[in-house]
Amino acid sequence: MTMVDHIKTRVIPDRLTTPAERILKSWEALLLLVAIGIFILNSFASPYFLNAWNLSDATFNFTEKAMIAFAMALLIIAGEIDLSVASIIALASTVMGLVMQAGFGTPVIVLAGLVTGLMCGVFNGVLVTRFNLPSIVVTIGTMSLFRGLSYIVLGDGAFRGYPSDFAWFGQGYAFWVISVEMVIFALLAVIYGVILHKTNFGRAVYAVGNNATAAMFSGIRVGRVKLTLFMLTGLMSGLAAVCLTSRLGSTRPSIASGMELEVVTMVVLGGVNILGGSGTIPGVVIAAFVMGLVTFGLGLLNVPGIVMSIFIGALLIGVIALPRLFAKLKGGK
Amino acid sequence: MNALLKSRESILVGAILALLALIATRFAGFVAPANLAAVFNDTSPLIILALGQMVVILTRCIDLSVAANLALTGMMCAMLNVVYPDLPIIVILLLALALGAIMGAVNGLLVWKLDIPPIVVTLGTMTIYRGIIFLISHGKWVNAHEMSPAFTAFPRAALLGLPVLSWVAMAVIIVMAVVMARTTLGRSFYAVGGNPHAAVYTGINVGKAQFRAFVISGTLAGLAGYLWVARYAVAYVDIAGGFELDVVAACVIGGISIAGGIGTVGGAVLGALFLGVIKNALPVVDISPFWQLAISGAAIIIAVVFNARADRTKGRVILKSAEHAQ
Repeated sequence: MTMVDHIKTRVIPDRLTTPAERILKSWEALLLLVAIGIFILNSFASPYFLNAWNLSDATFNFTEKAMIAFAMALLIIAGEIDLSVASIIALASTVMGLVMQAGFGTPVIVLAGLVTGLMCGVFNGVLVTRFNLPSIVVTIGTMSLFRGLSYIVLGDGAFRGYPSDFAWFGQGYAFWVISVEMVIFALLAVIYGVILHKTNFGRAVYAVGNNATAAMFSGIRVGRVKLTLFMLTGLMSGLAAVCLTSRLGSTRPSIASGMELEVVTMVVLGGVNILGGSGTIPGVVIAAFVMGLVTFGLGLLNVPGIVMSIFIGALLIGVIALPRLFAKLKGGK
Repeated sequence: MNALLKSRESILVGAILALLALIATRFAGFVAPANLAAVFNDTSPLIILALGQMVVILTRCIDLSVAANLALTGMMCAMLNVVYPDLPIIVILLLALALGAIMGAVNGLLVWKLDIPPIVVTLGTMTIYRGIIFLISHGKWVNAHEMSPAFTAFPRAALLGLPVLSWVAMAVIIVMAVVMARTTLGRSFYAVGGNPHAAVYTGINVGKAQFRAFVISGTLAGLAGYLWVARYAVAYVDIAGGFELDVVAACVIGGISIAGGIGTVGGAVLGALFLGVIKNALPVVDISPFWQLAISGAAIIIAVVFNARADRTKGRVILKSAEHAQ
């Protein structure tokens, strides 16, 4: 039975779909509809929702996660995954705290955070590409290791007293209600969109994710592409650590715990295939807004954080399960 | 004999003995038989969960929801005990097994019927199960004085000098050893992980085998859930938080290949004991317990690198003559 199932006759359509039709039927269009639906629902559910400053506050729910999600999207498209991102934030934040205590100013603190993130990415990437190890296990290991190092330094303590100009990254506003984090998010969305969809490197990412062996034979340095993506994910986690630490104004070893789940959910919700090979940056951008709106809306309705995490978990399984369920029901007829 | 010496299990036994010797130089009392028994007892939940995780990993899956399953089952048992204090322990035990099995079955069904990658399924159910604990308990703790004496006494009760918890762990080890080595069920897990395509041709349903693996892992997590809550005499939302990482670490250290198909009951048990010894020794040799997370992380990484090296020599050219003939 199972063997027969694998051989499916391929139906070749009489006419290819027009670009307009393709866009309308795409995952991104569906997601955009969901986002608009939630937006309307929220504005009915709470009188405080439609307020420029409240909406601006809501963006903080997703900007830091989305920074990582862009790089993670590329990594997952290439067929790998990084579960250590939240722990990289903890370690980067701890290093920033140490640098701050040594008396350095904001530029050095920020640089320390970014470099720590990058080095963590290099560590993950080298283990995966040089030793040919599965990225899930490596990053489950580094997930414990990076946060563990943060616990060794801090124990049950915390770093406080960051310089006041450091607060600009997480608490500052570029103009009117547009926060600095929002500007960083928008810039990164454009940069990653161009990298993935308009450059040779982007095409290489898809090629590696679809068939790493074929990619190698067509002259793509698979190991180098993957290493670069791990480094980017590390760097983005470092950047998220700068923003989050600046927003919270303190560092604890438990900072950002569980965030890897939300980042992966955001990427998968954005239509990136968890098995690699397909996905788009616009999808991830819309998914970021959807998740931000859902959590903010639930927050306005006084739903506690842990109950929201049920929604996130169900969302993660649901967005993958539903299309498969429909395909199965269709195929069964 | 040579193979026995080179096997993963003997290397691990050697590593554990070396570790114990090292600890003994700092604090001799640690290697006293009574203390070693206490270390085994403390490691029992990890051993039980690692054996379930081993089955799942053998079939090329992973179960990150075990700790949340443990916590939810534990909380349900504790709340049931508060409402019906006279319920016999055997009923609670059976209920814990059933609850765990149901949660495992949910994971298994999603993997089997909908082909969703196990990592996604169990990352999702991990947060969902944890969230449900909050929903049913409203974030409140169930404390020792609310539980019935019989409920909390069971895992600590001494039987032939060892607590029941240790005996349960030993029973699980024996049952799993027999199942994995002597039953078609156990062998099917190896077949599915070793080569899924070949398994299909021998008439094994790969998805169904993975489903069964998740049910076993869930059942054992449920069992550990009651024992955990009763032993520590407290239940709250965050019990065993992050414990799934220790469980995966125990398996990886024990030589269970994450690519599936390779691993033994002995390896998983020794991997768990290795972590158990480290965890119990840290306070004794005056190292802050905050080191534990980093040490188990480092142990996972060293173990996978080591496994990858060991696996590399495994490849064998079986059609060399045919290759040369061409």
